[in-house]
Amino acid sequence: MLLLSAGFNPVAAGEGEFTPPTIGEFYPEVIAFEGTPFELNRIMLIRLLVTTLLVVLFTLWANRFRKSTSTGQFVPGRFQMFGEMSLNFVRKSIAHEQLGEKDGDRFLPLLTTIFFIVLGMNITGIVPGLNISGTSVIGLPMILAGAAYVTFIYAGMKAHGLKFFKNALLPSGVPKAFYVLVTPIEFLSTFILRPVTLALRLMMNMIAGHLLLVLCFTATHFFVLYADGPFKAFGLLTFTFGFAFTLFEILVAFLQAYVFTLLTTVYIQLSLADEH
Amino acid sequence: MTIGIHEMMPTAASANPLLPAVADIVWSAVVFAILLVFFWVKVLPNFKANIDARTEAIEGRLALAEKAQAEAAAKTANIEAEQAEARAEAAQIREAARAEGAAILAELKEQASLEAARMTETAKKQIESERQAAIISLRAEVGSLALDLASTVVQQNLKEDKNASSMVAGFLADLEKDSKKN
Repeated sequence: MLLLSAGFNPVAAGEGEFTPPTIGEFYPEVIAFEGTPFELNRIMLIRLLVTTLLVVLFTLWANRFRKSTSTGQFVPGRFQMFGEMSLNFVRKSIAHEQLGEKDGDRFLPLLTTIFFIVLGMNITGIVPGLNISGTSVIGLPMILAGAAYVTFIYAGMKAHGLKFFKNALLPSGVPKAFYVLVTPIEFLSTFILRPVTLALRLMMNMIAGHLLLVLCFTATHFFVLYADGPFKAFGLLTFTFGFAFTLFEILVAFLQAYVFTLLTTVYIQLSLADEH
Repeated sequence: MTIGIHEMMPTAASANPLLPAVADIVWSAVVFAILLVFFWVKVLPNFKANIDARTEAIEGRLALAEKAQAEAAAKTANIEAEQAEARAEAAQIREAARAEGAAILAELKEQASLEAARMTETAKKQIESERQAAIISLRAEVGSLALDLASTVVQQNLKEDKNASSMVAGFLADLEKDSKKN
């Protein structure tokens, strides 16, 4: 409970007052390196933990793959099968589906990284003891959206040179007079809104999910411990909601990882396409 | 309160969730860079190599199995052809042997009948020659016997007529005895 809501004021709760969660949830106190660019708080620690877990897990899988290749034992075990399924989800269902095998494999490192970072960081929102997403502060969504942005512009320029910008901003088949209207709209939607929506969609989903869970569980806490007689029953209701939203957050974690990766892939695909 | 560049992590009071803190960006970049390099250099190459090797192995083994099957089929066909050939050869040999046997039998039969005919002929000739010899010797003997008989008849007539008939009877009896002896 203490970890669930870092912004929760135990003193106020002790006095029997209900304290709704605030945006302060996402700015927990600094733990180390205060005043340096490497300041650590709980959320940064969660990010480092998730990174470590991802590296450990995928190192095990990578070693399994290498062993399988070198020994010629190609029948995968259950563990290796799970790794293959995870990696093939990004490779086949997202990259190959949108970009084809050749370009799909070309951009696969970025897409795989984005998918597993987002999934891993999102899922900490419902892991007991962590209880907040690594993606619920703007920095990480911004970096990922920035990477997607740089990559789809790189893909377009690699494929079409400067004609990429002409295709994007001055679409063919539109009468020249309309460029006054079309070009600003295209510029806004392609070069501004794409990265902004990528970052905000992810962060807002995680913030909303976290606030909802904190609200449900602090309310439960309040009703059960401090409400008068019959009002304690509300605690059951709020707990049920909290439980349901926890399950829902698992779905959201996967969904947001999928959506972020899929949109990045679609943007790359649009850049590679000959006409916009 | 505004967020200055010197402020590494905003406090709850100064928070605007849309503005990143320096430390937030720094740690995000570190995490992203580590994982991007990790997936790019370590995970995906091993993954791809494994999948490609497996595809290759499966295809190779399928081709091998197909080849083995084709070989087995060819071998079976060979064996069947050989069997048919052997059967035909056996039938031919049997046929030839039967024909040869029949020929040998016929030849033997002919030889036997020829031999039999020859033996019959020889026997006939011998019988004939013996008969001739018998006739010749009989003729000679009958002559002398007749003479003997005549002279005897004459002598008896001279002495006693009555004895003549008994004499002839005795002679004939002798003759019969002689012919039996012979």
